[in-house]
Amino acid sequence: MSAPVYVVDGTRTPFLKARNRPGPFAASDLAVQAGRALLSRMPFAPEQLDEVILGCASPSPDEVNIGRVVALRIGCGLKVPGWTVMRNCASGMQALDSALTNIRAGRSSLVLAGGVDALSRAPLLYSEKMVLWFAAFSAARTFGQKAGALLKLSPAAMLTPVIGIMKGLTDPVVGLMMGQTAENLAFRFGITRREMDAFAAESHRRVLAAQKAGHFDREIVPLYDKGGKLYPADDGVREDSTPENLAKLKPFFDRKYGNVTAGNSSQITDGAAWMVLASEAAVARHKLPVLGTIVDSEWAGLDPAEMGLGPVHAATPLLQRHALALGDVDAWEINEAFAAQVIACLQAWDSDDYCRSALGLPGALGRIDPARLNVDGGAIALGHPVGASGARIVLHLLNVLQRTKGRRGIAAICIGGGQGGAMLVERANA
Amino acid sequence: MSAAAAGELRHWRFARDGDGLEWLTLDRAGVSTNTLSAEVMEELRAVLARLAADPPRGLVIRSGKANGFIAGADIDEFGELKSVDDAIALVRRGWDIFEDLAAAPYPTLALVRGFCLGGGMELALACRYRIAVDEPSTRLGLPEVMLGIVPGWGGIKRLPRLVGAPAALDLLLTGRTVDARRARKLGIVDECVPPRIMENTARGLLLQQPPPRRLPLPLSLTLNPLLRPVIAASARKQVAARARREHYPAPYAILDIWVKHDGDPLAAAPSDPASIAHLLQSPTARNLIRVFKLQERLKAFGKDGESAIRHVHVVGAGTMGGDIAAWCALRGLTVTLQDQSAERLAPAIGRAAKLFAERLRDPLRARDAFDRLVPDVAGDGVARADVIIEAIFENLEAKQKLFVALEARAKPTALLATNTSSIPLEEIGATLPDPTRLIGLHFFNPVAKMMLVEIVVGRRTRGDLVPLAAAFARKIDKLPLPVKSAPGFLVNRILAPYLMEAMRCVDQGISPETVDEAALAFGMPVGPIELADSVGLDICLAVGTMLGGGAEPPKRLTERIAAGALGRKTGRGFYEWTGGKAVKRPPGVVPPGLAGRLIDPMLAEAEAALAQGIVADADLVDAGAIFGTGFAPFTGGPLHYVAARGGSGA
Repeated sequence: MSAPVYVVDGTRTPFLKARNRPGPFAASDLAVQAGRALLSRMPFAPEQLDEVILGCASPSPDEVNIGRVVALRIGCGLKVPGWTVMRNCASGMQALDSALTNIRAGRSSLVLAGGVDALSRAPLLYSEKMVLWFAAFSAARTFGQKAGALLKLSPAAMLTPVIGIMKGLTDPVVGLMMGQTAENLAFRFGITRREMDAFAAESHRRVLAAQKAGHFDREIVPLYDKGGKLYPADDGVREDSTPENLAKLKPFFDRKYGNVTAGNSSQITDGAAWMVLASEAAVARHKLPVLGTIVDSEWAGLDPAEMGLGPVHAATPLLQRHALALGDVDAWEINEAFAAQVIACLQAWDSDDYCRSALGLPGALGRIDPARLNVDGGAIALGHPVGASGARIVLHLLNVLQRTKGRRGIAAICIGGGQGGAMLVERANA
Repeated sequence: MSAAAAGELRHWRFARDGDGLEWLTLDRAGVSTNTLSAEVMEELRAVLARLAADPPRGLVIRSGKANGFIAGADIDEFGELKSVDDAIALVRRGWDIFEDLAAAPYPTLALVRGFCLGGGMELALACRYRIAVDEPSTRLGLPEVMLGIVPGWGGIKRLPRLVGAPAALDLLLTGRTVDARRARKLGIVDECVPPRIMENTARGLLLQQPPPRRLPLPLSLTLNPLLRPVIAASARKQVAARARREHYPAPYAILDIWVKHDGDPLAAAPSDPASIAHLLQSPTARNLIRVFKLQERLKAFGKDGESAIRHVHVVGAGTMGGDIAAWCALRGLTVTLQDQSAERLAPAIGRAAKLFAERLRDPLRARDAFDRLVPDVAGDGVARADVIIEAIFENLEAKQKLFVALEARAKPTALLATNTSSIPLEEIGATLPDPTRLIGLHFFNPVAKMMLVEIVVGRRTRGDLVPLAAAFARKIDKLPLPVKSAPGFLVNRILAPYLMEAMRCVDQGISPETVDEAALAFGMPVGPIELADSVGLDICLAVGTMLGGGAEPPKRLTERIAAGALGRKTGRGFYEWTGGKAVKRPPGVVPPGLAGRLIDPMLAEAEAALAQGIVADADLVDAGAIFGTGFAPFTGGPLHYVAARGGSGA
């Protein structure tokens, strides 16, 4: 068995819902505010980190290699390398995994790893027609040439930008929006609109209860903007997300006759999450307290048209390797990209047919107890800043195990493009 | 140039390059900062004479010192002037040498990196071209007016011709400095470039010799002799609002020299108020130079302590704590700011962001400052801080409790400091395991403007902490003043009787505007009633009570406080305040003796403070009064004023 890799502590920003305009913080600002607060808690100086790894699906053009940019801005100094990883929705989990790999290989002993995205700042792009017009105009030299180019300018092309986020959320291989892959799963497993809305309502209810009970207090670092405004809490969650109200929403991806709505999907959100990972030697050297260990991880590939089943494909090998039944896992975090997608995962594990044909198992693995899954709610109510989610669910899983005195947990996430990622963690001193 | 000839120069080096350009470097011997002493100037005269005989293709003048270009004339030489004739000779020498430089038959260029002030600026103006290196440390200006003198080496003549009268007069009359980019925008310099191409730029300008920039028509009109009196009259009005002629003759002299003598101060007859002779007769220049030296003395307190200080932890995000934290972050330190909740931190963060945007024009530097200011409700920064400053509300038990908690987590080498105004250090430290660790760092409001910090030394405070505290103050560009821990320390103690007396005058029916006018006529920069409103009437009452010896507080003060009118911060106090300014009616006739009635208690208190050893000597009392209360700087400080008028404070 490999040497243990410890999670010392973690922080995240409040997750802020995108509201029709660029949000108050750039991705790097989010990562800076959460990151510097986490480093403040550490007994070692930021310069003593071996590297900084940040997952990010869509940094702004002025945040290229956002991992390095943020490492410098939070005071790690010139000598600590920083890099950026991208595995779509699991970029944050990939950052943790890369840290894991480097620590196990002995290349690093103290790593700051996490994920961030500010989806509200996804750009509007010029259409290809406009880009070509700009190129031609730039190449025109004489007044006459420029005038000629101006005459060819099409107002329609100028005023119809490409909406970056929509591009990002569409799979380029199979040509489906993420929500349409969820519709595929709903169709395959017979998941109804009512079930989706009930799941979504429960996610909101759990987040609200968790906020009241202070379950996020240890991990959330409030955000402060330059106008003196405070953002203390996740702001996407709503008290009025009842099944009745959710039922009123129109389907978003397959308009008219689909079942997946904005209400039973994850929200488009800005946020960052970080963890400090350490080798055994680093824990001893700096006398670090620990939340737990990351025991193992797994990446899996599947059909992009059914990407939502990614957690099943990634978590199952973890269970097998460690000879665990579903019930041996004390707490689960499965990222709620869509209500239909999470429900499909649960039904896949409970299906003899699916487990045999798709997973090569002798039969159904069973049911996950809903009381152990996403106990404090999930991305439907909190939002899914793509890069950050993979890190948030691992962090929160460890905090849940600490609170409930559980021993082991699995965090799993589906990935646009047809992948899944999963991590097996254990509470410290369990 | 023969080696022997070159060996005669102690302060200048020169070398001719392959393009025929002469590179002349000033590296004044034996000092760390370039200043234009008599010897430096004579050597320059000699160099110019030699170059006249063997003209180069062009001349670059630059500094060989890392800390800046040229800081100005040698102020110590001013102290050695024994007569008006000596002073006139000093002015004439500089004027003539720079006239020579301006008349050189070959193109000349000043390569300015770092500070370029006073005589240094005049040297640069006498060159045909100027380059400013684009770095935050590059600052250009003519601060002579702040010393009560005038730029006598051609600055008044040349600067308006370069940038037009309005911009030039603004710089001349305020002594303000500008950075490299602003200098370029105004037209003071021809290029503003990063260090990596500064020498190429100098070479390029001298070899290509672009024609000098012409002022656009409206600006060039401002130089017209017929219009100068009009422009000067308007400028004179603006100056009068801040500095009265009888106290500060220099700005008025600058205007007269520009209008009547085209910038040549030597052309004024001795009877002319704008003449050097006349300026030297008033004690103002001597006193302002004394103030400058007092400032240098305060700075020197911070020289011995090391500044490995990188991280400051501030507890209390109110007006003082929040602004102290913002200031430290502005000056490059990492700051963790703690308060009881995130909601209490957010306004301070917002104020800080505003400060960074105003003071750091470059958005990248403003962003870096914002990143350095870390909100810290849990107090995680305590364990890493080099300096911990407590700025919570004035309650003894709260402070004691806080310091016990801080001391338990702080580094053994961390400075533990309190910003208290009114609670004795010994009491705050009484419950600490090691009370000798506690020191006071008393900042003044507003932190971004007030340069003084009182380093409060309690009876038990370890002596070696004082230079460390002073070094910290210097690191954040403040002026440290060690004071003994006694009620009011130095500044509040001097100020309180003055403010209280002013309010008693109002009680007796004199209008606040008239009371303020009496003090302004004396030479205080701000009237006492307006100052009280600015400080906060509640604070005035607290300080006044602490120092008042049991006397009844002024009636109007208590009445105002009871009505919730606490001064500027509530929009109402003795005055109404709108847009951050007091709404004042015209003052009445100032009764004779009113100024004395206000100032004399301050003078008496200054003497008492000296007698009780609150600071080490009379000069430091004056320094504290000037930099902490704004006491009329042209007087040289309260005790200097008392000595000069030959009596005691009574």
